[in-house]
Amino acid sequence: MSKGAHALESVELLVCGAGPAGVAAALAAAARGARVVLIDAQAQAGGGVWRHDLRFGVPRTAQRRLAALRRSARIQCLFEAQVVAGGGGELLVETPDDAARVRYDKLVIATGARELLLPFPGWTLPGVTGAGGLQALVKQGWPIKGARVVVAGSGPLLLASAAVLRKHGAIVLGVHEQATRQRVAKFAAALARWPAHALHAAALRMRLAGVTYRCGEFVVRAEGDDRLRAVVMQTPQGTHRIDCDYLAIGYGLVPNVELAQLLGCRMQNDGRHASIATDERLATSVEHVYAAGEVRGIGGARSAAIEGEIAGLAAVGAHNAATALRGRQRQARRFAALLTEHFALNPDIYDLAQADTVICRCEDVPLGALAGYTDARSAKLATRCGMGACQGRICGAVLAELQRFPQPPAATPLFPARLSTLEAFR
Amino acid sequence: MSRVVLYIDERAISVPRGATVAAAVATATSRFRVSSGGAPRAAVCGMGVCFECRVRIDAALHQRACMVRARDGMRVTTAAGSAAHE
Repeated sequence: MSKGAHALESVELLVCGAGPAGVAAALAAAARGARVVLIDAQAQAGGGVWRHDLRFGVPRTAQRRLAALRRSARIQCLFEAQVVAGGGGELLVETPDDAARVRYDKLVIATGARELLLPFPGWTLPGVTGAGGLQALVKQGWPIKGARVVVAGSGPLLLASAAVLRKHGAIVLGVHEQATRQRVAKFAAALARWPAHALHAAALRMRLAGVTYRCGEFVVRAEGDDRLRAVVMQTPQGTHRIDCDYLAIGYGLVPNVELAQLLGCRMQNDGRHASIATDERLATSVEHVYAAGEVRGIGGARSAAIEGEIAGLAAVGAHNAATALRGRQRQARRFAALLTEHFALNPDIYDLAQADTVICRCEDVPLGALAGYTDARSAKLATRCGMGACQGRICGAVLAELQRFPQPPAATPLFPARLSTLEAFR
Repeated sequence: MSRVVLYIDERAISVPRGATVAAAVATATSRFRVSSGGAPRAAVCGMGVCFECRVRIDAALHQRACMVRARDGMRVTTAAGSAAHE
C-alpha cells in the first residue's frame, strides 16, 4: 500500500526520461562530478529507440552507454516511476507501491516522443497497433511468431519496426509507405550524406528477406469482428484487401511536452504540434530547467543523444564543453529536416475517418460528435473527448494533426494517479 | 531463458522472465478491455501512453499491461474476466 509521498533529499540534477537524450545527459553530468537521479516510467533504461529486447538485447549503438549508466556510482536510477505533478522546484513521482517528492537544483526534460496515430475506419480493432507500438510490445515478449503483419504509415521507423518483427518470427506481408516513390528516392539520395544511418541497413535487410517496400500506399480501412482480420490498402493502381493478423501503423512522432507545459516552459509550434523552446544551451524559459531530444522537435536518436550531452553539461555549468558539441548537433538536426520534407503526409489520409469513426478512444467519441466545436475545451465539456485515461494524448494529437483544433496544455495530474499520491502534493 | 507463470482470467500462462503483463495477456486473449461503447480493445502504443491495454492486476484496477513486468503468481483480470464476475 502507498503510504503517501515522502520527500527525497534534494538532488543536484534530476533527469526525466531514460532514452538516448536522458541517458546522455545523466552520463555527461555525472562525468563532471554531479550527483544525478534519472527517472523513467519504464522498467529499465533505453526509452523507445534503445528498448531492451528480451531475446536480442539492446542495439549495439546503445550498449556502451547503458553499461556506463549501470556502472556509474553517481547516477541513481528510479524506474517504473511516473511523474504525475510538478512545480516550485520539485516533482511528484509515483512508483508501483510508493510515491516521492523529488526536489532538484537542475532539471533536464528528456521525455521523448510518442507515436502519431491517425484515425480510419476500424483503427480501434484489437490487432491494430502503432508501428513502433508493436515493435515495443514484441521486444517485451508479445507472441508474434507466425503472425501475418502489415506494416504501414510513414517514415523510416516502419523499416526498423518491420526488421524487429521479422527477427521475432512474424510474417511481414509488406511495408507500405504513404510517401510517393519519387519522394522516398529523393530522401534516400539525400541520405547518402549520412552513410552510417541505420535506415540503410534496415532497408537492405528487408530486400534480402524478400519483404516488399511499397510507396504511395496507405490503409483506408481495417476490417474484423472481435479482432483485426484484414486491411484495405489504397495504392496508385486502386484499392485491394490484405488478410492479416496485425496492422502496425504509425505516421511519425509527437513530442511529449506535458511535463514542460506543467512547469510553465515556453512552447513553440510547427503548425500542428507543440515542442519545447530552448536557447542554444538547451535551457528552457524556466530557470534551471533544460530540454533535450525529441521534446524539442523530432530529430531522431542521434540528435537526441548529442542534445542530452549538451543539456547535461550545460546544467552543471560546463559551457565550453557544451558549446563544442553544437556543430554535431546542427548536423544531426538537418537529418530531421529531411524527414519532414520527404515524408509529408498525403492529405487524403486526413479524410479517412468517417462520422462514426471513434476519435477519442477512451470515451468512444466519434468524429461526427465533434462537428461544430472550434476548441478542445468546449468539445471536451460537451462530448467528453479527451477526458479519459490517456488525458487526450491520442485524440488531442489526432485533432491537432487534422488541424481541427490545437492540443490543450497539460494539467495536474499528468497521468492518472492514486489519491494517496496526490494528497501529499497539496 | 527462465520463465514466470501468472494467471490471466484464472488461466495459467507462462512467459519469459522480463516479459510484460501485456505479452502474457496477448498469449491468452486478443481482448484486453471493453470500451465505454462496448467494443473490444487491446494494446496499441506499447509505451504507456494510450491506456488501451488496461487490466486489473491483483487488486489494482486500470493498470497498463504494457508497463508492468509479469511476475510469478500475478492474477490478471481482463474484460472477459470481469464480465464473468458480474
